[in-house]
Amino acid sequence: MASHDFITPAKMARGLGSAKTGTETHIRQRVSAIALIFLVPWFVYSIINAMGGDLAAAQAWAAKPWNAILLILTAGAAFFHMRIGMQVIIEDYIAKSGTKSALLILNSFACIALFVTVALSVLKIWIGAGA
Amino acid sequence: MTSTSRADPRPLSPHLQIWRFHITMASSITHRITGTALYFGTFLITAWVVALATNAEWYGVIETVVSAWYGQIILFLWAVAVLFHFANGIRHLLWDGPHIGFEPKTASTVSVFIYLFAILGAAAIFAATTWL
Repeated sequence: MASHDFITPAKMARGLGSAKTGTETHIRQRVSAIALIFLVPWFVYSIINAMGGDLAAAQAWAAKPWNAILLILTAGAAFFHMRIGMQVIIEDYIAKSGTKSALLILNSFACIALFVTVALSVLKIWIGAGA
Repeated sequence: MTSTSRADPRPLSPHLQIWRFHITMASSITHRITGTALYFGTFLITAWVVALATNAEWYGVIETVVSAWYGQIILFLWAVAVLFHFANGIRHLLWDGPHIGFEPKTASTVSVFIYLFAILGAAAIFAATTWL
């Protein structure tokens, strides 16, 4: 009882207790937000510059080690952060448990697939440039 | 518990239409809307990175879209969403960490400031990239 005195045993048994992982999710969302405070300004500045030039210039930019590292870090923090954000929105507004589960799984798959796609593309540019 | 598609008995969050308008309510909802927009925006950014890694043909398609009027509108809205979510996200961190900015007047003023920052900031970025 000690750690969850707010909820009666009957309520726990009926499935109305907390999901127990809320605090961890809350902290993760904030830690990834702190990472993004540093990564997003760099990313916005860089992508504007990269889009201003041609393909070869954009590839040369992405092939530089620091840019490749920061691109993958930005992708990691962003997909981690948006996965939690979308999870919270789904949990807030979808009541039907089957639909909710399906959307939560789709959200996880989409974010992980996008991260792998970006990371592999950046690695391909980096290795292709022979750096 | 026995039926296959039971509704979760936990309460849902209040839906949008029950809120009386206030600037802090608007900025809270806008935080979610911009977050969702940025979520789908990453699909487009991912397409751009894939085009960078694959070939000129794809990149050409994306360049055409980006320079078209509808592409410019998407980019402008993306910039607004990034700036809003960024600034309001920092406010959330200040609320949660050092507990700064909870007073109703401060919260309202900051909300207005964040809207202005997002819109004027996006306009400034566009002006800078067009004329510099």
